[in-house]
Parts: sequence; C-alpha cells; structure tokens
Amino acid sequence: MRIQLNGEPFEVSDGATITDLLERLELAGRRVAVELNLDIVPRSQHPATPLKEGDRVEVVHAIGGG
Amino acid sequence: MNPVPADKPFVLAGRTYQSRLLVGTGKYKDMTETREAIEASGAEIVTVAVRRTNIGQNPDEPNLLDVISPDRYTILPNTAGCYDAVEAVRTCRLARELLDGHNLVKLEVLADQKTLFPNVIETLKAAETLIADGFDVMVYTSDDPIIARQLAQMGCIAVMPLAGLIGTGLGICNPYNLRIILEEATVPVLVDAGVGTASDATIAMELGCEAVLMNSAIAHAQQPVMMARAMRHAIEAGRLAYLAGRMPKKLYASASSPMEGLVR
Repeated sequence: MRIQLNGEPFEVSDGATITDLLERLELAGRRVAVELNLDIVPRSQHPATPLKEGDRVEVVHAIGGG
Repeated sequence: MNPVPADKPFVLAGRTYQSRLLVGTGKYKDMTETREAIEASGAEIVTVAVRRTNIGQNPDEPNLLDVISPDRYTILPNTAGCYDAVEAVRTCRLARELLDGHNLVKLEVLADQKTLFPNVIETLKAAETLIADGFDVMVYTSDDPIIARQLAQMGCIAVMPLAGLIGTGLGICNPYNLRIILEEATVPVLVDAGVGTASDATIAMELGCEAVLMNSAIAHAQQPVMMARAMRHAIEAGRLAYLAGRMPKKLYASASSPMEGLVR
C-alpha cells in the first residue's frame, strides 16, 4: 500500500506498523519523532500503530539551527 | 581584593544557568566544529531545528543530538522556517516527542523570506496554543515593546526581541526600543538575532538583557571556535558592566590625576 512519507509517496507492506517503517528506513532506535495524520505517535506506541493506505506520515529529527 | 558581589541567578522554567549565552547549532562546517564552538562558548542552552529525516543531514555524520547531548545541554528546539501558527505548533509537538516530553521551545514564526522578520500576529496565536498545551515558550519577536508586553502577559517564559535581522550581524539596531522593553520586563528578556561581533553582545548585556542568543555571529566568523570564546567573555563583561553601573557621560574633561603636588 502507498502512504505519504515526508511529503513523498512511499510503498509499505500491508499491515506494516510505524516500527516496521522505521526499521525499513534504518531509523530504528534513532532519535526521531513521528506524526501520523497530524497527530504525534509517542515512541511507546510505534509497535502497536498500523499504517493504512493514504496515511500521511512525518518522521523528523534534530539538525543544526539557530 | 574584595570578592565581586554575587549576581542573581539566571533562571528559565525553574532551572538555573551559569551561562547567559545561548547558542545555535546551524551554519557550521561540520559536527566537530559545532561541538568545539559550543564547548568554547560555555553555553548551557543550545538551539536545534526540527526537520524531516531525509533533509539536512549527511548520512556519514553523527546525529546532532549524539554530539550535543541532551544529558549535558538544555536543548531548545526552534520553529525556524515556520510561517504560520499551525506549522509552528506542529513543530513544537514533534520536538517535545523527539526530546522525551521536554517542554521548552523557542517559538519563531516568520513573515517574509527576505527579512525573516517575525509575524507577530501568528506568533501570538501560536504562543497561546502552546502555553495552553503546557509548553514553556521562549518567544522570538520584533522589538515592539507592546507586543513584547503582550507575550509576557499571556505567559511566555522569556521574550526575545531581535537586535537586528537574523543573520545580518548588524548589531543592536535600536537600543532605545530594547531599553523600553527591558524597563517594563516581567519575564527574562533576551536579545535573539542581529549580534555580529563580541561588542554587540556586550552592548546587549549592558542594556540589561538577561542573556543573548546567537548563531551566525559565531558560525560565520572566520574562526568560529575563537569567536565562541570571545562571545563568552563579551557576555560576562557586559553583564558585569551592567551590574557595576557605568559612569555618567559628560561633555567636558575631568582629570584622573590629582592637581595637588604638581612639580612646577
């Protein structure tokens, strides 16, 4: 199925959770934050949060800024 | 020598800081330079930006928060690049999740790419939402004393007027507005943006600011690590001069050496 990841179309397998997505992005265990359809998904809920067709997912991290 | 009387502590959101210099982490050559400059600055509060994971990071570089550890520094996530209240609030909520529930944020809602001037209308809206949502908001704003007062009254924990436009290094462009803001301050007032060199930071502190936040003045110096050290001293010098109280300015000379006992 297709989701929108950071503004771009992205294919994930049916039934994939946020944890699965982060593993696929090689971001498992990294310091990132996830927003699903404009709501924050706390880290503790990543394994129990399945993705659906058309979901809009943002994965962010901290970078240099002033 | 008499000891210098103790300064009152610099407190933000219930936490006391020794350093009155806050620094950004943008525009450095690499992570090593970022880390060295921040160490040399003595800063304890360090700003970061929040961005999509595929943007703005070289995959070979370590993660910023591995280099600038939240165990050692107070991380102050900013909303730089946000142009309306909705984007800024979203960014703050992501930052809070990123930093395990840490509520301190630097709210910055911009109006225009050429000037990066704050959009105070959207800033006020975002501040209201964030405060209601439990954030400790340090707010970047224009040097308009009335807006500064409103932001303090609504519950922002610090008001941070610009001294000059972001990244210009033009220095303290309107010290008179800053003086008005400082005179009626009910929360800490920090200069954020505009500082170009050490003397600018000293002037901000001499005016009575609680602290100064800067990024470009260090990162874009020819020798950033050396400038970071200069800024550390500049902030301390300005603070001490403020506490000491400067002599009055006079039009005519007043001899420093006594007139008595001159050899004639």
